[in-house]
Amino acid sequence: MTKKQKKMLIRILVTAALLGALLLIPEGAVDRLPLFLLYLIPYGIIGWDILKKAGKGILNRQVFDENFLMAVATIGALAIGLAKTGDFVEAVAVMLFYQIGELFQSYAVGRSRRSISDLMDIRPDYANLESDGTVSRVDPDEVPVGSVIVVNPGEKIPIDGIILEGAAALNTGALTGESLPRDVKAGDEVVSGCIDMSGVLRIRTTREFGESTVSKILDLVENASSRKSRSENFISRFARWYTPAVVFSALALAVLPPLVRILFLDASPDWGDWIYRALTFLVISCPCALVISIPLSFFAGIGGAGKAGILVKGSNYLEELARTGILVFDKTGTLTRGEFEVTAIHHSPYTEEDLLEFAALAESASSHPIALSIRKACKREIDVRRVTNVEEISGNGVLVRIDGKEVAAGNGRLMKHLGIEYKECSHPGTIVHMSVDGRYAGHIVISDTEKPTAKEAIRALRGAGVRRTVMLTGDGKAVAEDMAKRLDIPEVFSELLPGDKVAKVEELLEQKRPREILAFAGDGINDAPVLSRADLGIAMGAMGSDAAIEAADIVLMDDNPVKIASAIRISRKCMRIVYQNIAFALGVKGICLVLGALGIANMWIAVFADVGVMVLAVLNAIRALFVRNL
Amino acid sequence: MKKTYKIEVDCANCANKMEEAAKKTPGVKDATVNFMALKMIVDFEDGADIPAVMKEVTARCKKVEDDCEIYL
Repeated sequence: MTKKQKKMLIRILVTAALLGALLLIPEGAVDRLPLFLLYLIPYGIIGWDILKKAGKGILNRQVFDENFLMAVATIGALAIGLAKTGDFVEAVAVMLFYQIGELFQSYAVGRSRRSISDLMDIRPDYANLESDGTVSRVDPDEVPVGSVIVVNPGEKIPIDGIILEGAAALNTGALTGESLPRDVKAGDEVVSGCIDMSGVLRIRTTREFGESTVSKILDLVENASSRKSRSENFISRFARWYTPAVVFSALALAVLPPLVRILFLDASPDWGDWIYRALTFLVISCPCALVISIPLSFFAGIGGAGKAGILVKGSNYLEELARTGILVFDKTGTLTRGEFEVTAIHHSPYTEEDLLEFAALAESASSHPIALSIRKACKREIDVRRVTNVEEISGNGVLVRIDGKEVAAGNGRLMKHLGIEYKECSHPGTIVHMSVDGRYAGHIVISDTEKPTAKEAIRALRGAGVRRTVMLTGDGKAVAEDMAKRLDIPEVFSELLPGDKVAKVEELLEQKRPREILAFAGDGINDAPVLSRADLGIAMGAMGSDAAIEAADIVLMDDNPVKIASAIRISRKCMRIVYQNIAFALGVKGICLVLGALGIANMWIAVFADVGVMVLAVLNAIRALFVRNL
Repeated sequence: MKKTYKIEVDCANCANKMEEAAKKTPGVKDATVNFMALKMIVDFEDGADIPAVMKEVTARCKKVEDDCEIYL
């Protein structure tokens, strides 16, 4: 509790005790005026700041706020007590409960604020900068690019860089929500925000602190709720006309019925009764429950998503995510790993290892992704001295001599060119045909492999209410359709250039149902135009990629596509809570307003309608923070 | 030119009012108050005298909500 809150708690306790003592005075034992003065003591203790604020508000011409409502209602109640009923308890009690409610709200908001910022606690406090053989602790902001920093076990990596020396297991949980540690060794790139769990690392920084992943993420999170959702805008607009409207209806309620009674019904005006009803009206009317609980729900929802490694750039995006009906995927890097791998070897008279060794030797000088994947698949040591007479045939392949054998590796055109009969492959992917000493030696199939969780992701999306899933890719038709079939994606569009992808998304946007949202998920590397053209751009695997963080509305820190469905479920839960709170608060207040106008509800019910509803709405809003089982 | 300031305010409605007041201050292109993060993000117009503008923003915020603080 803060100092302010403690002071308020003391005021509440003292007032409650005084009020209790005053209630013990038997009826009629004290005259009305001295009793009134006695009640003024607790009223003053609990309400002086409200009265002061109301007065200042009037001076600053900011009349219609909750302080004004509370001040008018309680002073009015005291006046009725003095003039008519001799009951002062209500006025003090209303003020007391109002303050209890405010205290609770400020405590609850403070708590959730802290728990959310704790979970975003990835800001490193210092960096161990190495210079001239000594290590000193400095502010991460002061570390220039290219310097060497040391990270000890238990410390956070403060700045992005490349490991020079050492190996460790990194806890990336704060960034990705992933609990499994990641092993890194010399030569690996590491991103700031990870926690070193085991070994000492020497890292050469590749960025300034301000440009590092951790700064970008913090920046993003801190600015998240600057983009307000439609619900939030609705509530703040609503609050702006709602309070004046209630004040004027209260005024009408106090004046019109008595006038009607005098002028037309020839009855006694009952001024006290109608003014009491009007005051009840004022107490009920305070819009706090809505104004506080809706932004709090979004804040908690964004915080909960952040805990799961899903960064949402604003509450408006959380709101849109919940309405996602069409999800368009980019294939490479999103559903597939984006890395080429040797997936099959066919029709070879040699063993797989031998053929791969020939291929790896033949491609040993190339840096093409295909060559890299072949070298990666070859388990044997590659001795480039065995390779002579390298002749590259541009776009088709390569001819070399290995251990005195003439080896050719390349596509079908190369085989045709050499006059060698080759076998077509039925597998989708890139095919490398091989020949040794003029005889066909089989072919190697290289393809991009799907992520192990891709299929589950598509299924989970359907479960989360996504109506259509569509895959876009620049790859050939056979590869694309094969992948779509395996992942159970009904719609696939292949052989698209980046510009075609935008056009395709525009076409799909036209087929949307009303109020439906089209989201595009990509790896953010070369699909920035599509990410921004879709209603909602989701970038994946963003650890360390600025482009993705910039272009997307929602950023998944790791590259697990299942997280998309989790994000949608988190957003749905958050929106459910928002609607519950709006309906609950407006419903209860509406009913109480009617009851108050009819004279059925007294001020006690009015206080519940105000403070009770707010407390319940705040508690409900905090639920949005819990996303563990989504 | 965007700048972020830490603020202190007790109620969400007051935060909304501060936002309105800051938005209407000359020299401010746009302003957002994030009640949950207790931050005010001010987008200044080009060439605005930032300290002077912020002084005016603070004064206007104090007027709509007495019990608030902007840490400059």
